Parts: sequence; C-alpha cells; structure tokens
Amino acid sequence: MAEPVIELRGIDKDFPSQPPVRALDDVSLRVDRGEHVAIVGPSGSGKSTLLNVLGLLDRPSAGTYRLDGVETTKLTDGARTRLRGGRIGFVFQSFHLLSHRSVVENVMLAEVYGRHPRRGRRERALAALERVGLAHRTGFPPDRLSGGERQRAAIARALMGGPSLLLCDEPTGNLDSRNTEAVLDLFDELRAQGLTIVVITHEQEVSERAGRRVRITDGVLAEA
Amino acid sequence: MDLRDLAGEALAGLLARPVRAALTTLGTVLGITTLVVTLGVAATAGNQIVGRFDELVATAITVEVPESENAPLVEWTAIDRLTRLRGVESAAAVSESDDADNLYVRSNDIVDPTRVTTQTLTVLAATTGLPEAARGRIVQGRFYDDGHIRRRDRVAVIGDQAAKMLGITRLDRAPAIFIGEHAYTVIGILGDLRRERNLSTAVIVPPTVGRRFGLRDVTRVLVNTGLGATGLIARQAPDALSPANADMLQVIAPPGPTRARDQAQEDVNALFLILGLVSLIVGAVGIANVTLVTVMERVAEIGLRRSLGAARRHIAAQFLLESTLIGLTGGAIGASLGVVTIVAVSAAKQWTPLLDVRLAIAAPVAGAVVGLLAGLYPALRAAGMEPVDALR
Repeated sequence: MAEPVIELRGIDKDFPSQPPVRALDDVSLRVDRGEHVAIVGPSGSGKSTLLNVLGLLDRPSAGTYRLDGVETTKLTDGARTRLRGGRIGFVFQSFHLLSHRSVVENVMLAEVYGRHPRRGRRERALAALERVGLAHRTGFPPDRLSGGERQRAAIARALMGGPSLLLCDEPTGNLDSRNTEAVLDLFDELRAQGLTIVVITHEQEVSERAGRRVRITDGVLAEA
Repeated sequence: MDLRDLAGEALAGLLARPVRAALTTLGTVLGITTLVVTLGVAATAGNQIVGRFDELVATAITVEVPESENAPLVEWTAIDRLTRLRGVESAAAVSESDDADNLYVRSNDIVDPTRVTTQTLTVLAATTGLPEAARGRIVQGRFYDDGHIRRRDRVAVIGDQAAKMLGITRLDRAPAIFIGEHAYTVIGILGDLRRERNLSTAVIVPPTVGRRFGLRDVTRVLVNTGLGATGLIARQAPDALSPANADMLQVIAPPGPTRARDQAQEDVNALFLILGLVSLIVGAVGIANVTLVTVMERVAEIGLRRSLGAARRHIAAQFLLESTLIGLTGGAIGASLGVVTIVAVSAAKQWTPLLDVRLAIAAPVAGAVVGLLAGLYPALRAAGMEPVDALR
C-alpha cells in the first residue's frame, strides 16, 4: 500500500502555563494521497494547533508525525524548514500577499528559499497562475484584485515547487459566497489532479465539499 | 538561497518604503559628510598653513652666542665655515651690546633749530652677508666688503628708517654721520627687511670698526636655510661655528614642517571628529530604530517567508542586508557631499583641495559597517520569531 502523506500517531501538545493546557490529546490521523480532508471544530478546540503541527511550524509534545514517510518530530529546525518549504504549500485566511509586488512576483517568492533554479522561475510562476485561472492578472498588484483572485494567487504560490500537501487555514474566511465557490471549485480541480488538500475551517459549506471530515473538540480528534 | 535572490529581496524590502528608507539614510549621510569634510578640510588647511610657514619662518635659524670671559666662543671668520654647509643659503654674524644700543648719532655738526639732528640709534657690527641674512635689500649705495673690514675703513650702512630720521636721502656726495665724536662715511642704505626688521633703525659697521663701541665678539648668528634643511642645519651650525664650544651655543630653530602640519590638523580635527562620530552614532541608532519598527510591521511577511521554507538565517540575512544597504547608501552620499564641500571650501579660500583617496573609498564602507551594526539587533529579533507567532 502507498505511503500516506500524513500519518499522525498519538500526538499530544501541551502549552506550559498554570495549569498546563493540553491543546491536542492523543491525536491520530492518516491522510492518503489525493484526499481532501476538512478539519472542523469550534474556536479554541485545537484546530490551529493541529494546523501548526501539520505545517511543521510547531513541534508536538509527544507522538510521531510522518510526512511523506519522513519522521519529522526528531528532525532539526533546519531540516524541518527545508521539508516545510519543499513539501507543504500554505494557504492563509488573510492571503499574506506582499502588497508592493506584482502577482507573479508574489508567486515567484515561493522559489526564493530552497534549491530551485532561478532559470525558468517566472515561467513556472506563470504556469501556476494559469493553473488557478489568473493568467490575465499576472502583472497586477495584489490590492487591485478581488478577494477571490487574491486567494487564488496565494494558492498559485502554494502550488509552486509541486508540494505533496496543500494546507489551508480558513481559506474562505475573508471571501463572499461567490468567491468561496470559485476557490472550492479550484480545490476540486486540484484534488482531481492528485493533490492532497487539508482544509481547516468552521464553515459548513467548505467542509461539505471535502471528501472527508474530521472534527476536533477540546483537542480530541474524531471522524465526523 | 541564491545570493542574487537575497539581494533582490532586501532591495525590494527597502524600495517598498522608499521615503522611510531615504529618511533613515539621513543620519548616516550627516555623519559621514561631517567626517569626510573634517578630515579633508583639516588636511587641506594643514597644507596651506605649512605653505605659509615655509616662506619665512620655517627657514630661519638664529644661533645665540653667550658672552664669554676668555676667548670668544665664535670667531668672526667662523661664518665662512657655516656658509659652506649644504642647505645654508645665507648667514651673517652680528655683534650687539647693551652699551651700543643707544648711541647718539647725528648727520652733521650744524645746529638746525627746526629739527632734531641727533638721534639715539642702535649700532651693531656685522659680517658682509647681513643684507641677505636679514632678507633685506640695499636700497641705495652698497654694503661694505671684506676690503673695508680688512682696512678698518670708517664706513657704515644705515637702515632706511635711520636714514630718514637722520635726513640722509642721497649717497652720491658721500654723507657722513657722527657716532659719538667720530665721523663715518655712509656707503649704503639697507631696506625692505623681512627678517630682523629692527635693523631699519640701526647703524651697521664692519666688525673691525665695531670694537670702538665695545662690539668685539659675535653675539648672534642669523642663518637662512633651504626648505626642509632647518633640522639639519640646526644640528650642524654649532659645530661649524665653534667646534670646541658647540654645546654652549643656543640654536633657535622653527618647528619642523611636519610638526606644524600635525599641530594644525590636530587642532581642527579633534572637535569635528567627535561631532562626526556622534552624528554617526545617532545615525546608527536611527537605522536600528527604524529597522526594528519595520521588523514589527513585517511580522506577517516574516511568517510567510518561514512558511515558504526560509530558515532563521535567511530572515536575519535579509534584514541585515537591508540595514547595511541603507548605511552603504548613506555613506556613499555622505562621501560625495563631503568631497563636494571640501572642493567648495577650497575654491572659496583659494586653497588646493587635498583629500586622501582612501578616505573617499573608506567612507561608504564605514557607512555600511554602521548599517550592519545597527541592523544586528533587529535582524536577530526578526530571526528569533517563532513562525507560529509570526503567522497569528
């Protein structure tokens, strides 16, 4: 059987305070290639902590996390950073586009770090923009785009370098229903192309479009 | 990460806020300008001061000969040995005494009630090189020569002021002056003195004649040297004048040209150097401050870059490079402004601008170092941010 993209086993995450807060409690999750998983839950349930662990932005207190078969919890910071840059594409609620750079430059930023050839970078960025349907907006500054277009530009940036996992944190939180629809359609397309997508959301509409839903409540994960 | 990418990101980061970057540069510009102007103007001015010294003072040596009970310390003929020294351009031995300082001198025996005919003048004896040694010129007649001295001719040369006071205007009728009871023929008038100006009111007689007034021994030797020879001649002159008693002679030499230059530079430099350094420190604090604010404003950007695979050192390198570029720009502008200022000051004062090329090159580097140092703390703060916190 093929190696799963994500394999969490017995993940705990404690935050040191008085008394200590357990944000994740014995979380296990397996996500296979090509899956579209929505992680839902009320605020304060540990969604963001789980996203940070999945995105290699934070280390769990206990348990193992294998990304593409690589055990990550024992890796050095530098190795985790390289893995993050190479295997994970992030999509944020607030887009995080640099306002003083054009759309294509923002997408090209994804290849600045790590070992990517400079040659052909612009062409690859244009191809990524083509893939999300933004070929007509490449030279625009981000503040001239609509919210949906901005999020699509951010998705194009996340797609640069061919990540194994698209990790989305409330990707439609700042979008109206029409733009939300467009982004969700794009997710369907990307999944059809074989990309693994994990979306953290509290929006019904978004979670319903995912192939699989998991619910997190008070740090405990359960299939929904 | 490719260095060209790093440079591109740093440059783009700066150009995203051009006005802020320009204002931040100002501190360094001021500091570097002050430093360059200070060093450059000091060097230029120092050169000018030395140039003025060179003309007169820096080549004049005086040897004082103390009185001696027994044999004279310096013979009158010793002056020939001195003039043979390489570097000596002119020299003269002079004998003065308190007794001969105020002698009654009159130009004739006629009592003219309308004018004062008797003057109190200084009489001194000197060797034949006096006009050159005193940097003067014979305005009329001639100076006495060795023949006059050998024959003990009763001749005198008088200063131009003395001639005016005595009412002597022409020498073609060989006017005489009376010093005490004896008459002396005036054969020349000495004027245009640039050294020993008091000679213009003196009566100068040959050494063989001066004995009558108690002017027996050499009391002073005036020496003029070539440029830069004062140090050498000051050391050699006592031995040449009095081989046996060289230690007893007192040489008054001007400070060497190098010391004059150093002195002039030190005076100007100290204050302005401090001023420049202070503005540079203020500039550095400014860069540090603004970079820190920028880091705080760009927390989200830092988080994004970390999520895109940037390591801590990439973040630190970018902010360090940004502050270094600000410093470098400030240094380059400051160096240019400084050089322009030096040239302008020199043009206004009609000086020759003098600037060490190394200074013009070192100034932008200094600015870059200031920027680098100022960026250290903000860069470390940026690199130390946890990506989780930065993305919140």
